[in-house]
Amino acid sequence: MSAAIHERYPVEKGAFETAGEVSGKIKRILRKLGVASPVIRRVSVASYEVELNLVIHSLGGYIEIDIAPDAITLIVQDRGPGIPNLDLAMQEGWSTAPDEVRMLGFGAGMGLPNMKRNADEFDIQSEVGVGTRIYMKFYAAG
Amino acid sequence: MKAGHIQELLKARVLKGPLPEEEILTACGSDMMSDVLAFPKDKMVLLTGLTNTHTIRTAELLDMLLLVFVRGKYPSEEVLEMAEDAGIAVLCTEYTLYDACGILYSAGLPGGTGRKQ
Repeated sequence: MSAAIHERYPVEKGAFETAGEVSGKIKRILRKLGVASPVIRRVSVASYEVELNLVIHSLGGYIEIDIAPDAITLIVQDRGPGIPNLDLAMQEGWSTAPDEVRMLGFGAGMGLPNMKRNADEFDIQSEVGVGTRIYMKFYAAG
Repeated sequence: MKAGHIQELLKARVLKGPLPEEEILTACGSDMMSDVLAFPKDKMVLLTGLTNTHTIRTAELLDMLLLVFVRGKYPSEEVLEMAEDAGIAVLCTEYTLYDACGILYSAGLPGGTGRKQ
């Protein structure tokens, strides 16, 4: 992998129909660049989870991807509403997703823990009324 | 386990072929895609009663080759077309999720508990 790529994709609140399309794009880019399959899978799972979180919980935001030879970085920023208790939100099984989201097969409370599990570096910052920012880095060597 | 063997064991109909030639190494049964995303494995078949487009998106992101809809659930044409575009074969069985998983497990197809991806 030699190219350095930087892209930013908007993700809108409530866009269930198209949720997952950004992650699909990211996956195709990584595959084209010849990134190792286990790394592509970790990035794909984390980006899909965060994309769904933006659709389900946020007021909208974006996913930014930076691809360098040694690492892939995802930076995600939303416009609110912010997470009141980050410790609870990071617990597996904790979810505030409404029933209609569960009917779609999501909202099991695995999103944030799953992002953390898949990323080599993970950071989340959130302020109620302002928004949430997530940083995830994946080492290209796997 | 070959996809053809899975079809035979589950007395399943092929909704979208062709069935993959590759060996299926493990299985996952769930209606919650969040859980499926939390335990991905290589060369995995997904058994589910969830027939919306997110099932296909999840399967595609995890490089799955085979999907089995249980309880006789039949997806929309849109879902089947998405599966075709993603290169995922689709089966449909009358067995419930529990029974279908039990049949495959008894026949030697393991789940993913405790195994690292």
